[in-house]
Amino acid sequence: MSGQLAAVLGTGQTKHVAKRDDVSIAGLVREAADRALEDAGLTYADIDAVVIGKAPDMFEGVMMPELYLAEALGAIGKPLIRVHTAGSVGGSTAIVATHLVQAGVHERVLTVAFEKQSESNAMWALSIKIPFSQPLVAGAGGYFAPIIRGYIRKADAPLDTGFQVVLKDRLNALKNPYAHLHQPDISMEQIIESPLLWDPIRYAETCPSSDGAAAMVIGSERAADASSRPVAWIHGTAVRSEPTMGAGRDRVNPHAGRDCAKAVYAEAGITDPFREIDCAEIYVPFSWFEPMWLENLGFAEEGTGWKMVHDGTTALDGDLPINMSGGVLSSNPIGASGMIRFLEVANQVRGTAGEHQVDGARKALGHAYGGGSQFFAMWVVGKDKPK
Amino acid sequence: MTAEPITGIVTPIRLDYTYTPGTSPSQFLRGMKEGRILGRRCPSCAKVYVPPRGGCPMCGVEFAEEVRVADTGTLVTFAVVNVNFANRVIDLPYVSGEVRFDGSDTTSMVLVQGIPVDQVRMGMRVKAHWLPRDEWDFTFANIDYVEPLDEPDADYESYKEFV
Ligand SMILES: [Zn+2]
Repeated sequence: MSGQLAAVLGTGQTKHVAKRDDVSIAGLVREAADRALEDAGLTYADIDAVVIGKAPDMFEGVMMPELYLAEALGAIGKPLIRVHTAGSVGGSTAIVATHLVQAGVHERVLTVAFEKQSESNAMWALSIKIPFSQPLVAGAGGYFAPIIRGYIRKADAPLDTGFQVVLKDRLNALKNPYAHLHQPDISMEQIIESPLLWDPIRYAETCPSSDGAAAMVIGSERAADASSRPVAWIHGTAVRSEPTMGAGRDRVNPHAGRDCAKAVYAEAGITDPFREIDCAEIYVPFSWFEPMWLENLGFAEEGTGWKMVHDGTTALDGDLPINMSGGVLSSNPIGASGMIRFLEVANQVRGTAGEHQVDGARKALGHAYGGGSQFFAMWVVGKDKPK
Repeated sequence: MTAEPITGIVTPIRLDYTYTPGTSPSQFLRGMKEGRILGRRCPSCAKVYVPPRGGCPMCGVEFAEEVRVADTGTLVTFAVVNVNFANRVIDLPYVSGEVRFDGSDTTSMVLVQGIPVDQVRMGMRVKAHWLPRDEWDFTFANIDYVEPLDEPDADYESYKEFV
């Protein structure tokens, strides 16, 4: 462990939907923060500092929104820190909050992440024009599709692997009242027949565009011991990045992701992640990223992650359940998506995940990535206090 | 009469900027104006970057030697884009390819034309199709697209590190 102990005291999220036109951005983050405080049995007065994250400001066209959100988050007169790491930001935001507690700076920190995609056009914000490149990148799918094609070739993976991932995640989402997509009629046929948007990615294999927010209260050992609610102890945190344009960079199995996983397992005292981790929420915006990240995270040997999809290992009742909540494939308020992964695994080890609870989950991994797969953030949380 | 509440308004936003490319990228853009693809070699790892920035992001050292790379290359991977998006200038579906130009150690995203979409393959050998010379400017867009070369496909082992 690094520094003092820290734990998740409470979590909250909004019901993720395509368009929340009943609330402003401030109303949206307030809703998640209120729920996290209520879950922790605390009030805004108990909070020492606020750490907030979201994806690039152009996604809503509101520059430095944290300034105007200070009031809604009860941060007037308190430290308010903004974190920027593209799509991984929800994870790294929670980690910054954790470090403030582990360093002994604060007793209780409120951490919040959000995106209100309906207020602008993220695809436009991602399709920038610079003189070094042709205007070809049609949003994130246009960027990631060639990498997925690379994975399929390298791993010689069956083409229906992606379909299996979507089917699993969308069925899991039916057990999660906060998930954006609830598709009770989802079927393999429906997935296969959905349009090919960015070959090899079909429409059904992509994440939705969501409005949503997530929040957690992170507290010190003293605060956690004083809490009457179940807590999730933070066993390890790690962030890593790598140069997006580096020559010889492995975009299918990025070095920074492997390093980040190694670091978080080392801090959490984990030597065999497949055996020691009970379940994980990992950032899968396009179906094929599940097998890719299983390999990157050390759960499977390189080139074999797809086998764990096909043999049911990653199903809700499998040996290593992945994305029990339905994952990013079922809800994607971009900036919040990483924090939702972290929050969901905290709830798993607290035993408060509800219908998508994994029985007896004691140790779980939350994972987020962002940009062109160059930012990674991970944490391991546990039911038991770290030794 | 009861008026509907106003819950939002649509206001277009824009961001205009002047791009200052710096020394290495400026040379690259000057090369493009003359129909040449100019990269730079890292003195530490010997990799050739196209387009070059100030230095090698892997080694953290300044680039040295300028290297002219060919306008022929290998299509290492690609996407078939079939989705509409703002500012799109190309008819759908189109192939957005990652091309490793011969002599370069990086890939560039380039439009692939001159072949039916369903016949595009990883490993296909391609050549740049330049805009007419009088339209050349300080931009990579002088390469309008790449088209297939009449050559056998490259062996997978020869390009897999770029996938
Ligand atoms: Zn180098």
